Amino acid sequence: MGTILFELSLTFYFAATVISIVDLFKGSRESSRLMLFITGGGFLIHTASLIYRYSISGHLPIASMHEASSFFAWCVVLIFFLLEFRYKTGIMGSFVLPVVFLLMLSSSILPRGIRPLNPVLESYWFGIHTFLAFLGNAAFAVAFGIGIMYLLQEHYLKSKHVHGLFHRLPSIQVLDEINNKMINLGFPLLTCAIITGALWAESAWGSYWRWDPKEVWSMITWFIYAFILHIRLTSGWRGKKAAILSVIGFLVVLFTFFGVNLSVKSLHSFK
Amino acid sequence: MKIVVIGLNHKTAPVNIREMLAFAGPKLEEGVSCLRGMPEVREVALLSTCNRVEIYACVGNTAAAVENIKSFLASFHRIDRAAFEKSLFVHTDSQAVRHLFRVASSLDSMVVGEPQILGQIKNTFDFALEKKTTGVLLNKLMKKAISTAKRVRTETKIAENAVSISFAAVELARKIFTDLGGKSFMLLGAGEMAELAARHLVNSGVRDVVVVNRTYDRGCDLAREFNGKPVRFEDFPAELVHCDILICSTGAPAYVLLKEQMHKVMRERKHRPVFIIDISVPRNIDPDINRIENVYLYDVDNLQDVVESNILERRREAEKAEIIIAEEVETFIKWMSSLDSIPVIVALRQKAEEIKEEELEKFRNKFPDLDDGKRKAVEYLAAAIINKLIHPPTAALKEDTEDRGELIAAIKKLYGLNGEENEE
Repeated sequence: MGTILFELSLTFYFAATVISIVDLFKGSRESSRLMLFITGGGFLIHTASLIYRYSISGHLPIASMHEASSFFAWCVVLIFFLLEFRYKTGIMGSFVLPVVFLLMLSSSILPRGIRPLNPVLESYWFGIHTFLAFLGNAAFAVAFGIGIMYLLQEHYLKSKHVHGLFHRLPSIQVLDEINNKMINLGFPLLTCAIITGALWAESAWGSYWRWDPKEVWSMITWFIYAFILHIRLTSGWRGKKAAILSVIGFLVVLFTFFGVNLSVKSLHSFK
Repeated sequence: MKIVVIGLNHKTAPVNIREMLAFAGPKLEEGVSCLRGMPEVREVALLSTCNRVEIYACVGNTAAAVENIKSFLASFHRIDRAAFEKSLFVHTDSQAVRHLFRVASSLDSMVVGEPQILGQIKNTFDFALEKKTTGVLLNKLMKKAISTAKRVRTETKIAENAVSISFAAVELARKIFTDLGGKSFMLLGAGEMAELAARHLVNSGVRDVVVVNRTYDRGCDLAREFNGKPVRFEDFPAELVHCDILICSTGAPAYVLLKEQMHKVMRERKHRPVFIIDISVPRNIDPDINRIENVYLYDVDNLQDVVESNILERRREAEKAEIIIAEEVETFIKWMSSLDSIPVIVALRQKAEEIKEEELEKFRNKFPDLDDGKRKAVEYLAAAIINKLIHPPTAALKEDTEDRGELIAAIKKLYGLNGEENEE
């Protein structure tokens, strides 16, 4: 049952991603609407599969890499829908859904068994810490997609080649605004995740900070986004610089998530 | 009955011929009523714009009607027929329908996708309705032309993307700021093109307008025109800090805004984006300014390139529009040919009803003392029999097949339906 729901949502996201990419090259109102419908369907099924897993295991389904990737993707779709509802860009899906699909794909090739939580970690902090961390990461994922859209549109405007996607991409001001909003959303979430993580670590392992690789990389991520927010506030740096940094920031997030969890020995790896 | 269009347009005739044949002002009414008075012409509508004069008509005999309309054009405008005859085109039936649909959808316009022609066609139609010069066929044709044009407009991007320099400037501004409401704008210098672009920006909702001119008085005049505020030339870089859009068109022989100055402006405005349009030749703004982040500088050639790529885009969309038009022409032609069978169906039913009534009358005379119930039953039986009998031929006539013309002729002959006037 859980597997069927998961596979089904993966299929939906795959279909939506394919449509969104075709839409980039041969866009029409119908295809972007179809993409939204399919993504919506995938999202509902995905939600059902998460609830199902929660009902079986009794904790938020973020206890294995499989569950974490899937939950990460779910958060991204959630934010995507909220933004698309507000801004109606029609084209944002083409830049965000591929990320969702890749997260789901990586989730699908990882071991799927439902495992009991390590007793050391069993605490109400688990839910709060991981939920905040993933929601924050999801905001950064959207900022990444928006950042790429910004860089493309900026390129069209600067090079004066107004064709292709130029007419369909939103204005750079709107893209900059969404990018800023996403970082303003993600940054406090990440900050809270780090603080709750420290408190949890204190109660589980006896110290707030252990220089664990995940902790270090999260700190690096935090500094990158703090820098983006700082320069915007002080010198008004915006637009291209913010877009490039949000792309880099998300690559660091991905490394922190996949690289550290899968390769480096860490207290945060799902082992 | 046939639909025919006879006329000329910017593709077939130069302006000196078009103006000779134009039906301007009161001539239109006079012309339409003359045309309607011709014996061959059953319905007529006359489209006369600066780019085209086209007469749409429903006629019995095409060749005679075309001939008469040509002579009418010559005599009405008091010109020699040879002067314009070569410029005329004549289309009939599906070609005529296709022509009108293309004209209405703005595929035949000088600037493909321009919106005015649809309004002109609506006016033509309204005028014809008012003067009652059209009937079933042309009314339907005009309505279909308008709905086809609307379909083309919503299903293709033929009318999107600016095709004039001043609109291209507004379009670009929208890709930088989205909403121009609340943005402020500076007009540096003066000039026809700059003022036109400025007017478009103001119409798009730009709020604050600042006008700078070397001669302060001229600046004040322009400022009054745009409801803006005049600023002395020396003060414009300081004022630029508060402006999001700058249109520059001065006669200065050298750059009036240098890269260093712009760097300073950008720092002071906290790097909020600026859109600069330099219409002046020689250019007045250092082209290197485009390299500064968040500054988007376009000169006349850049805008011209934007316009040209938009025109190409419209041509591509026009191909999609042709497909839509082909579909609509086909449905219209089908509808038109279904019209032929309607009088036959009506006549057939009438004939059957007549026979029924006649026989019932005879029956009632033969059996005068039959009670009401029984008489009703016999009437019911008669009605059922004629309905059953005429149903198959009626269905066959309604069906859209190749041999409908032959069927119509056969049924007329078989049932002796000669009361109908023959159209051809």
